[in-house]
Order: sequence, then C-alpha cells, then structure tokens
Amino acid sequence: MITLTINGTAHPLDIDPATPLLWALRDTVGLTGTKFGCGIAQCGACTVHLDGNAIRSCITPVSAAQGKAITTIEGVNTPVAQAVQIAWTQLDVVQCGYCQSGQMMSAIDLLNKNKQPSDDQIDTAMAGNICRCNTYVRIRAAIKAAARALA
Amino acid sequence: MKTETKFNISRRHFLVSTLGAGAGLTLGVYLSGCSNDKDKAPLNTSSHQPQTLFEPNAFVRIRPDNSVTVVIKHLEMGQGTYTGLATLVAEELDAAWDQIKVESAPANAKLYSNLFWGAQGTGGSSAIANSYMQMRQAGATARAMLVAAAAKRWNVKPAEVHVSAGKLSHASGKSASFGELAEAAAKEPIPAEVPVKDPKDFHLIGQTLPRKDTPDKVHAKAIYTQDIKLPAMLTALVLHPPRFGARLQSVDDSEAKKIPGVQHVVMIPTGVAVVATDFWTAKRGRDALKPQWDESQALRKSSEQIREDYRQLAEKPGTVAVNNGDTTATFKHAAKTISAEYDFPFLAHATMEPMNCVVQLQPNQCELWYGAQIQTMDQMALAKLLNLTPEQIKINTLYAGGSFGRRANPQSDYVLEAANIAKALNLNTPIKLLWTREDDMRAGFYRPLYYHQIKAGLDKTGMPVAWQHRIVGQSILAGTGFESAMVKNGVDATSVEGASNLPYHIANLHVDLHSPTLPVPVQWWRSVGSTHNAYVVETFIDQLASTAKQDPVAYRRALLKDHPRHLAVLNLAAEKAGWDNKPLGKDRGRGIAVHESFNTFVAQVAEVTLHADKTFSVDRVVIAVDCGVAVNPDVIRAQMEGGMGYGLSAALSGKISLRDGQVEQSNFHDYPVLRMPQMPTSVEVYIVPSAEPPTGVGEPGTPVIAPALANAIANATGKRYYALPLPTAV
Repeated sequence: MITLTINGTAHPLDIDPATPLLWALRDTVGLTGTKFGCGIAQCGACTVHLDGNAIRSCITPVSAAQGKAITTIEGVNTPVAQAVQIAWTQLDVVQCGYCQSGQMMSAIDLLNKNKQPSDDQIDTAMAGNICRCNTYVRIRAAIKAAARALA
Repeated sequence: MKTETKFNISRRHFLVSTLGAGAGLTLGVYLSGCSNDKDKAPLNTSSHQPQTLFEPNAFVRIRPDNSVTVVIKHLEMGQGTYTGLATLVAEELDAAWDQIKVESAPANAKLYSNLFWGAQGTGGSSAIANSYMQMRQAGATARAMLVAAAAKRWNVKPAEVHVSAGKLSHASGKSASFGELAEAAAKEPIPAEVPVKDPKDFHLIGQTLPRKDTPDKVHAKAIYTQDIKLPAMLTALVLHPPRFGARLQSVDDSEAKKIPGVQHVVMIPTGVAVVATDFWTAKRGRDALKPQWDESQALRKSSEQIREDYRQLAEKPGTVAVNNGDTTATFKHAAKTISAEYDFPFLAHATMEPMNCVVQLQPNQCELWYGAQIQTMDQMALAKLLNLTPEQIKINTLYAGGSFGRRANPQSDYVLEAANIAKALNLNTPIKLLWTREDDMRAGFYRPLYYHQIKAGLDKTGMPVAWQHRIVGQSILAGTGFESAMVKNGVDATSVEGASNLPYHIANLHVDLHSPTLPVPVQWWRSVGSTHNAYVVETFIDQLASTAKQDPVAYRRALLKDHPRHLAVLNLAAEKAGWDNKPLGKDRGRGIAVHESFNTFVAQVAEVTLHADKTFSVDRVVIAVDCGVAVNPDVIRAQMEGGMGYGLSAALSGKISLRDGQVEQSNFHDYPVLRMPQMPTSVEVYIVPSAEPPTGVGEPGTPVIAPALANAIANATGKRYYALPLPTAV
C-alpha cells in the first residue's frame, strides 16, 4: 500500500510501487487532467508539482512521490495559478488543448520561482513542453500577461 | 479562376458514388437542416431534461433556461470549429454569445453530412466552408419562429419584433428572452425558407469572440478519448509487427498472463492485444510477450533504397496530370534551362494525444467514444467488420488532442483495431485501446516519401516559358473510399495539388506523376499535396527569379496577373514585412512564398539570422491570408500561427526514415518537433478583407513556411536546399 497526498488529500493506493505517478493519477485516482504524451519525459504533457517543483509524472514512480505534496492541474488554486489560467483564457491560448495542463503547470512553476521572467527565461523554462498545435506565441504572451497581473 | 475551386468540389459526393447505395445509409444532403425528420438525432431524453425544448432543426436547441445549444457536426481538434460554427448560428439568431453552448453531433450522415462530401466528416479545411449557409439558415429559422411566437403573444406584426443579443422586444415596451418564448416557438410551423442577413448587418461574424472550448480546456474539464472511464472498462495495448507487411506467427503469453491485472491476451489482425485493468498493467503485460513474426512478406528496404527506386522510375514519363502547350518544343528554343530534383521524407503526424479509441460491443450495437473525424466511413468499416448496420454503430465524438489529418484515416485503422479486440473478446465490457507514443510513431500512415524532378526553360528576359514537373510517391487515396472521386485517369489529386494547378502563367506546362506502391501505410498530413508541391514550386520559382536577377516578389507579380487573390496576399505580406526596404544586413536573410490550398490564399515572409556556428534561427514570420469572409479573425490568426509552426517543425526536423524496413524513430527524442525556443519571436498575421464565401484555415498556413524559410536562407547564404528537412547548419 502506497499513500499519495494529491491536492491536499491522502489516497492510500494498492499499486505496484514502480507504477509511474501519471498512471496512478489517471487510472487509479481518476484525475485525468494530467495527460500522457510520450512516457519518457520528452513532451511535458504529464507535468505536475511535487513539493512545489514541476516534474514529469510519466517517469516518476509512485514510490518516489510518497510522503510528498502532489499538485495536479485540478488542484492548483494559488494567485499565480489563477493568474496563469486567466491569462490562458483571455488570450485564447488553447487549440486542441491536450498539452495545455502541462504547459500551465510549467508556467506556474516558472512564475513561482521567477516573478518577471525574461523572454529567454520563458523559452528556456518552457522548452520541455511540446505543443503540436504550436500555440507557443500565445503561451509566451500569456506568461507575460500573468506576470504583469501579479506584479 | 478554375484553379481556385478545385479541391472541395472534387471531394463532393465522394462517398455517395463509392460507398453509398449498397451500404444502407442514406447520404442525402440536407441543405437547410430544417427537417422535421423523426430520426433527428441527438434529443437527450433523460428525465431531467425540460420537456419544453425548442428544437427547430438538427442544429439548434433553445431551452426555457434561455440557453441555446448549437449541435456541431464537425470534430473539434483544435481548429476552432466549435466556435466558428456556433458563431454562424448565433449571428442569424441574434443570440448573445454568452448564452450559446455547443455539443458534438452524433454520427448521422443524413443530418450531419459535410455538404462537400455527402458524408459526415471533417477535413480538407472545409468545416466553415461547407456549413456557412447551412448553419446560418439553421439560426435564421429558429429566429423566425421565435419572432412568430412573440408576435402572436403580443398581438403585433412579426416585422415589428426586434431581436438583439438574445432578447425579443417591441416598441410598445414588451420584451421576452429566448427561453421565455421557447415553448411557444416550438409550436410554430417551421418556415420553408428564411432569408439570411446581408453581410453588412453582421455583428458577430467578423468579431473576435472567445472560443467555446477554452474554459474546459484551461480548467482540465475537457474530455478526450484518453480520459474516458466507463464501468468495468478494460485497457488494451497492442504489440504491432516490427516491419510493415510482417504478420504474427505465434506468441508465448505465459509470462504476460502471470501479471496480476492482465485479463486477456488475444491475437487480432494487426498484432497481439493485451487487455488489463489499466494502462500500466497492460504495458507490463505487453512487454512480457514473446512473439514470433512471419517476416517473409515484410518490407526490408531503407528510405535511401526507396528514393533510388523512385529516381529510376522518374526516368520514364508518368501519368499526365496537366499538359498545356508544348513543353518539349519550347525547351529546344529556351535561352536557358534550369533543372532540379527534390526529396521529401515520410512524416508522422505526431498528435499530442496518441491514437486511441474506446469501444463497447453489445448484441446488435456497437458504441464508441473517440475523436472521430470521418464518422460515416468509420461506421461503414465497423459495420462490415462486426456484421452490423451502420446505424447500429453509435459514435460519441469527443475532443481530439490534435489530428493534422491522422484521425481522418480512410482505412479506419485504429478504430478497427479497437473493434477487433472487442470482437475477439466477445464481452459486453468497454475496451479502451491506447497507443503509446512509440506505437503511434511506428504504426505508419505517414505523409508519403516523395521524389520530384523539375525543369524550367527561360526566355531571354529570364521569364519562364516552359515548366516540366515530375512527381513520384505513393497514392494516398488508392484503395480508399475517396478513390473514385479523387483519383482521375490514374492521377491522385492529392499527389499533384499545388503543382498541376500552378498559378504562375507559363504557357507550356507539363506535370506528370508516378504512384508506386509500397507496404508502408500512408495518409494525408496537414495540407496534403501542398506539403511537398508548394516547397518545390515556391523554391524553384525563387531560384528562377535569382537566375533572372530579378526581385522574387516582382518576378512572382509578373506571373500572377491572372490570379488577383494570390497577388493580394503576396503584396500584403511583402508590404507588412517591409520587403522593399533596404536589405536586412549581414548574416540575415528574407524569403517569401505564396500558395493556395483549399481555396485559401496565404503568403509568408520569413526572416532568418545566421549564427557563427552556421546554425540559423527564424526570427520573424509575416503571414497574409485571404480566406474569404473572416468569421472569427482571432481563430484565423491562431490557425495561421499554429499551422505555420507545424510546417516549420517539419521543415527543421521532420523525418521518418526506414532502415532494413524498420522505422528508425520512436518518440520525441529522435523525431524532434518544434519547441518554444525555435518558434519565431514575432509572428504577424494580416487578413485580407473579403466578401467572398469563407474558406478553411486549418491547413493553408502549413505548406508556405518551408519554402519561405528556404528562400530566406538562400537570400542570406546563396545556397539552395532541395530536400526537407533542412540541415541544421547552412
């Protein structure tokens, strides 16, 4: 039995400790906002926060997440997260939308650590998140808008 | 202009002629959608629904709570069709945008056909184009009935009833919401013909209205196939053969079956399916399989060998796609002859959501949940496999996490795979087929590998007088339901589009085609034939311009006199990019390309900077687009930005290659795609004002960037590139 603390709630789970956190979230707990894209930490669709840091849940075994605070897109509610979601909405960033949970989780992590990121810092911080609809121009703009709103 | 209406027209009625009559589906076209038909589909009859629903046609439902639901017949895969089609209804209904909700239509070809096709499906950038009048009429009809109900209730003339932002009113001071009149409007007769607005009266069409899918997608409430969870549902993964054409001989599944949670291992036509309680268990089960493959019929070639085969084939004339004037004679007298050969690799679509499908097979019914893109074809293929009627195939169309053509598979590949698992198991249980990224990348259905030869003869002034273009590559449509309508006289329209309808005025034009067969499955990929033909045409014309020592924009202008819409986007992009200003300076370059696809005209100017290590970056892209009436300018901008990015990704790094018949790539580490640092810092989109009927924007932004970029590199370095992807160092 492994207990995961997800969005502030403890979930005792009867699963193989090697199971990636992504699949525990999606298949066992039923939180499907976190997406599967590649399975090898190349695309960022599975990004969640572990003790406040963005990680790729597709390669993180649940054994490594036990005892830590896991935050998923369903559980974000800080002022930074709200600013990000508002900016994403106002700029109509999304197209297919499949990668956007991961994009927003990376953006929230960036703004948590860097209140006014430069263009280069945004590009670098977001380079691990692929968007095949190529909404990158708007993601950049939304991150800047969120930073302005938080300033 | 004959070249500018070709594509949608040629797709029209494709299924009617090929799959229609015998298959048991009525593929009629409902121009207004205003039928009183009893099998009008998606009435949700569950008990909590209000009884007093006003549903004047298959597309509009108005409830007493004042909500207006627009039923969307096209797949929302990111292109914005939920927003665009809803706008058309809201405009004619004079609804408030806030009261509009959207819902995906069920599979029902009779009610929800793509009017260009005669079958339900999304593709060819046709959603807005085919629905423009249909959805407006649906809204106008609903409005007329609301007005009639208000006039009756208030005892005034219908012409005196004013409708604005979801409210009906009269000069006497009387007013009512749509919801308040819904019940009464439902009792009004459905008018046979209702006029639609004069475009000068539009107040929603042409405005940037917020996307209808944004709130769900920003707050992780959008449900994709990947997210479907049904009672007792099992998850299936399939082990596919390592090479195209290989088949399963036998499989030792003893280790797989020892894993707790692995419930079934079944052989299906496409491989071995492991069916388990969840993804991770199914994956562990699949990893434990020990298969024996029969590879006696498998393809063992490399991409290089295929390319060499194609080059040899190109030594012989192909099937003629177009032949104007006399190219052979003209070449003899040309002052100068320039020739080139071009290479294009296989490309994977690489949607963010790998292919997947949920299927539940029950006696006399099969229900599916997935991002269905050609519902009618899938229904037919499933009906045949399962020995059901197409009407017994119930499809719930969900959001698709991208498609770029992939989900519109003319062979229903992943859908049939899911159904084959359900059929083999013969349980009532829902089965969710999931592909991993590796499955998705190696399953085929690629943009075909192409080889081109091209030759132009120039007169003394450097202007082209003869143009000969030979294309070699697999036919996408051969053997599919699209073949009879879109393969004419041996020429697959998707192989030559963008080449055979060359917009440049060259009196002697000859384009021919070889369509060799290979066991590598191929499919359309965002903008289809234009992905390679636009590159060849637009880089070659650029080369001719520099050979003639002429400005590439001026050279194109001279040849586009009969194509005002090409000319207009060319001029707009050039103007906005500052084309006529002084050169960009050392280590910088600027290139242009113009191309029509799906009746939409796009020109792009790319600016590049060369770095000390010979790498380059794309700094700025200026895009001009003419897509007729701009229904939602912001959605158009988004599709131009994203479509350009998709094409840029392929231009910089897109390549699926075969070695000994095996696909060398497997995931994003070896099939790199565009990431944020590679996206140009500045992407500007300019829309040509137009009163022409609207055309699509999902695809036409994609094929223009690769030639614009290559021309920019040539401008900076003097070097031209005849293969995609481009080298990283130039």
